[in-house]
Amino acid sequence: MSVLEMPSGGGADVAEDSLARPKKVVDRILAGNAWLVFAFLYLPIVVLIIYSFNDNQRVGIWTEASLRWYGEMFANARVMDALRNSLIVMFVSTIVATVLGTMAALSMERYRYRGQRAYDGLLYLPVIIPDITMAVMLLLFFVQAFDLIFLASGVQFSRGLGTIMLAHIAFNISFVALVVRARLAGLDADLEEAAADLYASRWQAFRRVTLPLIAPGVAGGALLALTLSLDDVVITEFVSGAGSTTLPVYVFGSLRRGVTPLINAVSVLMLVGSIVLVLLSLAVSRRRESAGD
Amino acid sequence: MSTTAPTPDVQPELKEPAPPPGPGLEREAEKAESRRGFLVGLPGYAYLLLFFATPLLIVVVYSFASRSVRGATVLADWNLDSYTRMTDSLVLTIAWRSLWIATLTTLLCLLVAYPFAYYLSTRPARTRAVLLVLVMIPFWSNFLVRTYAWRVLLGTDGPFTRLLATVGLDAQLLFTPTAVLIGLVYGYLPFMILPLYAAVERLDHSLVEAARDLYASGWQAFWKVTWPLSRPGVIAGSILVFIPSFGAYVTPEILGGRGSTMLGSYIARQFIGTASDWPFGSALSVTILVLMMFAAVAYFRAGGKNL
Repeated sequence: MSVLEMPSGGGADVAEDSLARPKKVVDRILAGNAWLVFAFLYLPIVVLIIYSFNDNQRVGIWTEASLRWYGEMFANARVMDALRNSLIVMFVSTIVATVLGTMAALSMERYRYRGQRAYDGLLYLPVIIPDITMAVMLLLFFVQAFDLIFLASGVQFSRGLGTIMLAHIAFNISFVALVVRARLAGLDADLEEAAADLYASRWQAFRRVTLPLIAPGVAGGALLALTLSLDDVVITEFVSGAGSTTLPVYVFGSLRRGVTPLINAVSVLMLVGSIVLVLLSLAVSRRRESAGD
Repeated sequence: MSTTAPTPDVQPELKEPAPPPGPGLEREAEKAESRRGFLVGLPGYAYLLLFFATPLLIVVVYSFASRSVRGATVLADWNLDSYTRMTDSLVLTIAWRSLWIATLTTLLCLLVAYPFAYYLSTRPARTRAVLLVLVMIPFWSNFLVRTYAWRVLLGTDGPFTRLLATVGLDAQLLFTPTAVLIGLVYGYLPFMILPLYAAVERLDHSLVEAARDLYASGWQAFWKVTWPLSRPGVIAGSILVFIPSFGAYVTPEILGGRGSTMLGSYIARQFIGTASDWPFGSALSVTILVLMMFAAVAYFRAGGKNL
């Protein structure tokens, strides 16, 4: 089971009278701990949402409920620019990364060829590398590449939405491949062979058999890519240029200058975005389960 | 791949001995198949070579570069200065702080998450599914926003400080290493819960019952059966929490103060801001990457394949 997907929850059930079930007292303590964990996980989120409806200039002091900061958010040109940039980057990088990542996953799981292990390593690295290292790498790469292009052709490129998208595709390919591979590994290759035996062309077999079977995995991978792209702040901050910030980079930048209630509203907007994406991916993984075995 | 170059599509000359019908054709088909597999993977491979492997190489190159008097990077006079600078007391202080904050974060997460995962795995299937969704939601929610929420909670106007003030404690929480610790535990707790849950849920509860039947106390059964069997989850979760905490950048930047710089934010400072030193920042990034690779190898050795 992968942490990135919804656990199947099909484990052994522990009967009510089982000796494996902890004693009453222990059970109480465990339950108490669980409630505390949930409180810990949700308290900050709930407080943030409540304070975003607070009319006061100062973040922590409650005066009265209003939609004032949401109004200001939608009227703020910089926030709206950042929102538009975030959406563009999210969708473009997800589409490209989903296509490339799915192809990479197919190539890994369904074929054997020389040099495959090196590719495998290259596919895993972006997943485990610390954000800050990847950010530094890509910054230096773009600076160096643009210098070379300038020397060679006299055209000066600069960092902006383009570099952000290129960077997001670079980490998203690996995550999409990871999710699709998990799906492919659980599938029977026999079905594709059966299609081939029945005189389906390669493309037909892929289009009619493989693709429908891996579709939940592909959708799951794409949703993960959207989420990661919407979340990323470290790498984006490094590869973005003047005038091309995304929503998280905008929030991060304003936080350095201090907290304003406007940021609460923007945060809730981002939170709603990611929660919608979680619920979608949970729905997809439900589908995947029932469509699976 | 040069070894699987396509055979020219011409009529074979009659002089050549005809290839044995069965196996030869099969081998051709196999070759064509592996060539196809390579071509399917090629676009992604090429992309990662250009936008991941090349940047990785560039950081390594930069880490040996020197600087001009005015602070610009000079790609000449290669040296190890950036690496020797890591023994400076400031760098060591920051590295030490990152180490203990990351270690403490990992231990706290483990302490909270283990009983939680255990509790979760002993619930009836239906409850379990609901509770899991409740864990997944914060896990997938925006990390920056979740960290920021603690800035509101721990701030001088925030509920925690006011609560402490009513008891007569005038404690400053925000902008201290404690705040960073809270933020990191909060941010990465789901990374600990999920692999732990996966490990505990998978284990066979009849083994625990067998131990109890053989007169093991509840504690003995836990210590001798449950804990060893769930160790892969413990290792996986610990590494998933430790790696990002050690290189943390966003959390210390938002919740920390002067005395809570961690390695991630220290690296960022070498690139963003006035006192930039790219070769030094690169050397630090390379070092942190190598350390993380060791951790990841340990992770895979420990049998954790689920990320």
